[in-house]
Amino acid sequence: MPPKGKPKLSVWKFASCDGCQLSLLDCEDELLAVTGELELAYFVEASRAMAKGPYDLTLVDGSITTTHDAELIHKVRRASKYLVAIGTCACSGGIQALRNFKDVHDFITAVYAHPEYISTLAQSTPLSAHVKVDYQLNGCPINKHQLLELISAYLAGRTPQITPHSVCLQCKLKGNICVQVLGTPCLGPVTHGGCGAVCPTYHRGCYGCYGPKETANTSSLAAWFSRRLGLSEDSLVRAFRTFYANAPEFRRESEAHEK
Amino acid sequence: MATPVPVGANLVIEATDFPQLLAAVDRLGYQMVGPTLRDGHLIYGDLTGVADLPAGWTDEQEAGAFRLKRRDDQALFGYGVGQQSWKQFLFPPHHLLWRAARRGDDFQMIPPAEAVPRYAFIGVRSCDLHAMAVQDRVFLQGRHVDPVYQVRREQAFILAVNCGGQGCGTCFCVSMGTGPRATFGFDLALTEVLPEGKHYFLVEVGTDRGAGVLQAVPQRAAGAAEIAAAASVVAATAANLGRQLDTQGVKELLYRSYEHPRWDEVAARCLNCGNCTWVCPTCFCHTIEDVTDLTGMVAERWRRQDVCFTVDYSYLHGGSIRPSPRSRYRQWLTHKLATWFDQFGCSGCVGCGRCITWCPVGIDITEEIRAIRETEASLKETEHGDL
Repeated sequence: MPPKGKPKLSVWKFASCDGCQLSLLDCEDELLAVTGELELAYFVEASRAMAKGPYDLTLVDGSITTTHDAELIHKVRRASKYLVAIGTCACSGGIQALRNFKDVHDFITAVYAHPEYISTLAQSTPLSAHVKVDYQLNGCPINKHQLLELISAYLAGRTPQITPHSVCLQCKLKGNICVQVLGTPCLGPVTHGGCGAVCPTYHRGCYGCYGPKETANTSSLAAWFSRRLGLSEDSLVRAFRTFYANAPEFRRESEAHEK
Repeated sequence: MATPVPVGANLVIEATDFPQLLAAVDRLGYQMVGPTLRDGHLIYGDLTGVADLPAGWTDEQEAGAFRLKRRDDQALFGYGVGQQSWKQFLFPPHHLLWRAARRGDDFQMIPPAEAVPRYAFIGVRSCDLHAMAVQDRVFLQGRHVDPVYQVRREQAFILAVNCGGQGCGTCFCVSMGTGPRATFGFDLALTEVLPEGKHYFLVEVGTDRGAGVLQAVPQRAAGAAEIAAAASVVAATAANLGRQLDTQGVKELLYRSYEHPRWDEVAARCLNCGNCTWVCPTCFCHTIEDVTDLTGMVAERWRRQDVCFTVDYSYLHGGSIRPSPRSRYRQWLTHKLATWFDQFGCSGCVGCGRCITWCPVGIDITEEIRAIRETEASLKETEHGDL
């Protein structure tokens, strides 16, 4: 339950593109209501006020990729009563977790003129690999309606109405005709809904950017992609190795098709 | 004004006069919905007239596959059922039940001010008439009547169409006794007939309301040859269905088969995505969601269609009672073809084939029943052999 008076909100960024914390600023019509109910205690992208903790509600964007971040996240956790991981990076490691499948030093030496200046961890990991996370809001980027629902539920002390259904149900609610049955491979049946089925609405298969749904049967879907829709093994690796490459279900599936 | 035709009469409307039939329905103030193409896809959407129907199209359906194809004629109803069903209109999948606003220390209930549409359903197939009858039992004939369903259902005008032999790759209505000919539950039922160079509709009058609509449409009494031609269209459909399901003792078969190894086999393929329940015209499960706004000044209660394939769906205190995909698929299929009889006195499956076509990995309910039936005997032998 939130405290009496205005709860203090903090927003933190680790390795990410910033898009998820921008989703909060993107709540244009609702932003005044948010600031009316929460004190923006620490949100450097929105305000110069940088109040010290403890914070009642903390939103964390980004994955852990450096020793500095690995220490900082513990400090953030200690200062936060209710910590929410927002977005694919914070929840699973993000697209930068593609490094987890290779040797990161090979990348550093290939990209930077002075690799000795680069200090990074071998793997990109989710917040939950470091600290206790109270709630995970998936998505690349997160959906602003889900974020507002999460904040509203927090303020009312109720369970957020964020369902575990696949993307398929969002397609059906929108009246989309199933792109996979029409012949386009789609990760929707194994992906957590929440985006509003953006890609299938534009006749694309789902790219899985909200991560594996509960009890995701990736091997059956991959078998159908291969047998009926003609995807190669390389294509299967790429299908499961994008935004949520590091999620255990998708990681196992992509590795199963790697030569 | 002409004398109304009696219920049960068979009339002929030429295809060239058919637009006047829809115009007559439209004039009565109904919101016409029916098959139409949107972005090249077959959906049920708003119709303004015959021009919105997918003339000259048919479909090919297989497990996990649907393709629209051109016909070599201009048939208006020459395709089968698509992904959607009339359920989305009668049982809205996301529906606001009420809203409440805080007033000082009190609160005020605000009933939703909704204009309930009076639908005319154009092109309803026999399987879907049976599906509506199944949902009638669920929503209207139990101890509690559902007002949301009731008002939409009672007002709806139904123009049925007997299936005309194309696009039935995954249907098994003959096995279920639900088609392909519409036998009840319509205001008017059409059979589209396209013999050499001709194109007409045989119309069966189902209600006085249907007869009233016909008064404004050029028509004539059907001759024996025209009635026979329409009957042969339906008979050809019945002979060409892509699927069969042996319903003999299927309830008892499933009750005996809770531990059949086939459930493990199908669970390995099932994505538990819930598509089968969403496209099924009889699935009625829903949940209630309460939401509040940021300020806590307004609360809303919504009804949302739900599916039995999530872990949450069967969550009781302490955990889910169907944690495995195996138990969830078994629950769904056993409900459709067995426990539904005990619960509602009928089958929960009408053989429309949607769950087969629209399963993203092509799981086929008829194949699952066949596999369970065919292996039951050999499993028994094995058990005895082990003794």
